[in-house]
Amino acid sequence: MHIMEGFLPASHALGWYAVSAPFVLAGAARIRTIVREQPEARLTLAASGAFAFVLSALKIPSVTGSCSHPTGTGLGAIVFGPSVMAVLGVIVLLFQALLLAHGGLTTLGANAFSMAIVGPWVAYGVWKLAGVAGLPFAVSVFLAAALGDLATYVFTSLQLALAYPDPVSGFVGAALKFGGIFAITQIPLAIAEGLLTVVVIEALSGKIRDEDRISALSGGNK
Amino acid sequence: MSMRSVWMLVVVVLIAVIPLLMGGEFGGADNEAAAIVQGTEGFSPWFSPIWEPPSGEVASMLFSLQAALGALVLGYAIGRAHGRRRPDGDRDTTKDGALPPRA
Repeated sequence: MHIMEGFLPASHALGWYAVSAPFVLAGAARIRTIVREQPEARLTLAASGAFAFVLSALKIPSVTGSCSHPTGTGLGAIVFGPSVMAVLGVIVLLFQALLLAHGGLTTLGANAFSMAIVGPWVAYGVWKLAGVAGLPFAVSVFLAAALGDLATYVFTSLQLALAYPDPVSGFVGAALKFGGIFAITQIPLAIAEGLLTVVVIEALSGKIRDEDRISALSGGNK
Repeated sequence: MSMRSVWMLVVVVLIAVIPLLMGGEFGGADNEAAAIVQGTEGFSPWFSPIWEPPSGEVASMLFSLQAALGALVLGYAIGRAHGRRRPDGDRDTTKDGALPPRA
């Protein structure tokens, strides 16, 4: 999902910075509140960032014959709500842009929007909907993390299509073209991320009832 | 670890291994998308990375470092969480059958 350095027109790069900035600021405020009011949740917060760090470093082969990586942003979104992941995701993206030439500074706003904002919000929305629908805990976590992961890649495809519409088939054609590369490759990886998120939440919360896990991790009141 | 976690981890391994058995080039999807953009008429990147890993070896070292740092913190958090629960869990299982002193 990383759009490479200099690959978006300057107007798009600036635009994505502008729409991402409020989310990152809100996330920073939310993290300050969590650290101050629920110090016992700091460990989970660190684990949420670490999970995104690990998963986004792993480029995994997919059935399409190309490689891609999960995002790991669903965990923090489920436990703390989506806003904290805007900050934690940007940290991951900065590491990769500065040290790995993977992604970039000009495309940081756009990449942050897809990975650190759209993905977590979709994961959070699915998590809430699954709760309303009364789905079992593990199924809800799985769906939230997997669909959040997939949403990030679908959104990257849309961002690229917006910047580079197909001369013949326009925005829709380009979206399908980029989506064919990103979204299809990502489906098995999104399933893997969904499963791993369930495993990590279980490992972090230990032997307790499924319905108590998230409140145990978020410090009790959420 | 619960049976649920075990079979989920098995499935994750299968998801990564099965494509390898099917074969393919396994280049990055990011690069494939970039190739399409580069094919656009009149395209040239207007900014290039400030620093790039000088070789594939250095890049893989830094990717490993990223994964290792994340795994370190994640493992610490899981270990701490288990350590914190242990005293309660073991309260009534001391050798002589006596309850351990309350903290």
